[in-house]
Amino acid sequence: MDIAQSFAAAFALILGADPAFLAIVRLSLAVTLTAVAVAALIGLPVGALLALSRFPGRGAVIVLVNALMGLPPVVAGLLVFLLLSRSGPLGPLGLLFTPTAMVCAQAILVLPIVIAITRQLVEDLHGEYREHLASLGLTGLRAIPTLLWDGRFALATAILAGFGRASAEVGAVLIVGGNIAGYTRTMTTAIALETSKGDLPLALGLGIVLILLTLGINAVTYAASRVGARFAG
Amino acid sequence: MTTLPTRRHLIAATASLLAFGGVALAQDARPAAPATAAAGTRFITVASTTSTVDSGLFNHILPLFRAKTGIEVRVISQGTGQALDTGRRGDADVVFVHARAAEERFVAEGHGGPRRPVMYNDFVLIGPKADPAGIKGSRDIAAALRAIQTKATPFVSRGDRSGTHQAELALWTAAGIDLAATRGSWYREIGQGMGAALNTASGMNGYVLSDRATWLSFRNRGDLDILVEGDRRLFNQYGIMLVNPERHPHVKRADGQAFIDWIVSPEGQKAIADYQINGQQLFFANASDSGA
Amino acid sequence: MRETTSVLPLAVSDLTFEAGGKRLVDGIGFTIPRGGLTVIIGPNGSGKSLTLRLCHGLIAPSAGAIAWAAGEGTLAGHKRHAMVFQKPVMLRRSALANVEHALAAAGAGWSERRSRAREALDRFGLTDKADRPARLMSGGEQQRLAIARAWALRPEILFLDEPTSQLDPGATRQIEQMILALKAEGVTLVMATHDMGQARRLADRVLFLHRGRLVEDAPAETFFSGPASAEARAFIAGDLVW
Repeated sequence: MDIAQSFAAAFALILGADPAFLAIVRLSLAVTLTAVAVAALIGLPVGALLALSRFPGRGAVIVLVNALMGLPPVVAGLLVFLLLSRSGPLGPLGLLFTPTAMVCAQAILVLPIVIAITRQLVEDLHGEYREHLASLGLTGLRAIPTLLWDGRFALATAILAGFGRASAEVGAVLIVGGNIAGYTRTMTTAIALETSKGDLPLALGLGIVLILLTLGINAVTYAASRVGARFAG
Repeated sequence: MTTLPTRRHLIAATASLLAFGGVALAQDARPAAPATAAAGTRFITVASTTSTVDSGLFNHILPLFRAKTGIEVRVISQGTGQALDTGRRGDADVVFVHARAAEERFVAEGHGGPRRPVMYNDFVLIGPKADPAGIKGSRDIAAALRAIQTKATPFVSRGDRSGTHQAELALWTAAGIDLAATRGSWYREIGQGMGAALNTASGMNGYVLSDRATWLSFRNRGDLDILVEGDRRLFNQYGIMLVNPERHPHVKRADGQAFIDWIVSPEGQKAIADYQINGQQLFFANASDSGA
Repeated sequence: MRETTSVLPLAVSDLTFEAGGKRLVDGIGFTIPRGGLTVIIGPNGSGKSLTLRLCHGLIAPSAGAIAWAAGEGTLAGHKRHAMVFQKPVMLRRSALANVEHALAAAGAGWSERRSRAREALDRFGLTDKADRPARLMSGGEQQRLAIARAWALRPEILFLDEPTSQLDPGATRQIEQMILALKAEGVTLVMATHDMGQARRLADRVLFLHRGRLVEDAPAETFFSGPASAEARAFIAGDLVW
């Protein structure tokens, strides 16, 4: 019964196009996409660097990055919270309880995923390309742009995995965003709020909308990378 | 398209992704409600409790304040203990909570103040309609708690240092029960907010102490009902304080004070008294009662 | 466009490569002058591919010297030698983009890249394949593209490592025609193969390797009509030589 109510609530939300609800959806997407973009901007080159460089302790770094993929969102949230709190080292920036703080926390969650998957993909691709690239004089780190570009469709999966983690996450954004109505309330924190108000059908309805959004973004990315991969062989 | 140079493309792709996110974020950095969407809005941050947010009180009164002053109020809902900590760290401009002893300590330690009484609501003891402890209809909260403890029927405690949690602990003491010595598996601390505690009690058909406001707006009641109410010891006073701008220079003293002044003014007090759910008044404004 | 200063002749002396305690290339010495097609021939494991890789600079020798007439085989910052592999690496892009990528790596500017890449595809009959994903082309087309890609770099000398060993006879013929065309153009060619027929068809000169050693270095006609060593005689006769 509750499930049926939830689907009804989900459809009402979508069809009703309530401005407050749309603002929540927009904020969720904006925060998560920005966090994923920031993580990709940092994680792709760092992952490629890790794949191609050899230094003492490299194995330990790889294990650490892989382990950080399982970093609990609450811990990431607390870390950012303590950094951004007025009493913390970055307090003067006044960023706590803002969307920017949420982007920071989510980027920290996504970064290890992007680095770890990029490292693996680039290492594999480099195994295949190494001699040809060396023949062209693209040795060492000069091979990175080619490897990232040619791995782009596989790397899209790394980005999507990061997007999935960020969009589903509630612990970190709740701590650093504060779930302020109309300002830092996202899909997931709204779900948490409605759950605590005991409005379980509405909470689940929001969850259904979130799943549909994630589904849509995954489908589009998947289709695009399939078409692209087919074209690029 | 794949015939374009490698580096250029990678950079362009990442940059456009970043730009998209950035633009979207910039749009959303402004308050969402269309009527309030002006860039560079004046706003203050208020650390308050789950009861004031979950009950919908703020949704009712904040637009009135906003319309009068143009100041947006961003509310973070936490347990009272957590909200006071947020004020201590300087992460909010105003603290609006309900645990008088903790509030007075906050003021005495110089974190903010002076404390102004605003309103009260009351706590109610919620439990299963079957009432295994046999306390339904009682007006004596102490006797009711003794019965729950004696029969060892499940009792859900917030366990989160919130105002409600502190009130609950004080009531056990008032009932002459030493929880530390007598608590067993029947006493279940969940360390979460009021809504979560009610959901848990609903799930296990247990007893739970709730503020009336949250209970009235709570939907997932299951087999629960109000069993004990009306005891004077169940009254729950709210106070409001400005965070000390001497300690935290970024605190918005003027705008924060404006909010405090408005909420204790006749206009603010009327707004509070006007808020109802299902025809029931939830909060009773009493700013004029200096002893509250 | 070719610079007047040549990187050739290439003088290789005492070239040695060891791995895992084994001497895989053992004190080889030879000189490659300008022009002509030198075939390095020998059974599997004789060190043909390693010798090419050492000359091309993909791996470092354990001992010995690889001396180019001009610098390290480079001129004006550009490598003047290129290599085509047994199994060509095709980037995950179109045929045209594969050639453009090689030119970009060599430092060619954007518009120059495009025109030279087109020219290379036209030169080897790949014009209509320009926009095909390189990895979806047939094995023969891929090897043609690999040669076009190497040719686009305007190398003075081109190393070819068993370029037809994985191809059918039709594709092999096309590749051999391309190789002869390059020779006619004046590109110096060094090709490893274990295909005797191919060596007879193409070679001007033969280096016969056996167990990492250079056993014979002779003009092709001399080598095929009267090999000096027992190993070469056995190899030409089709016996297995180890």
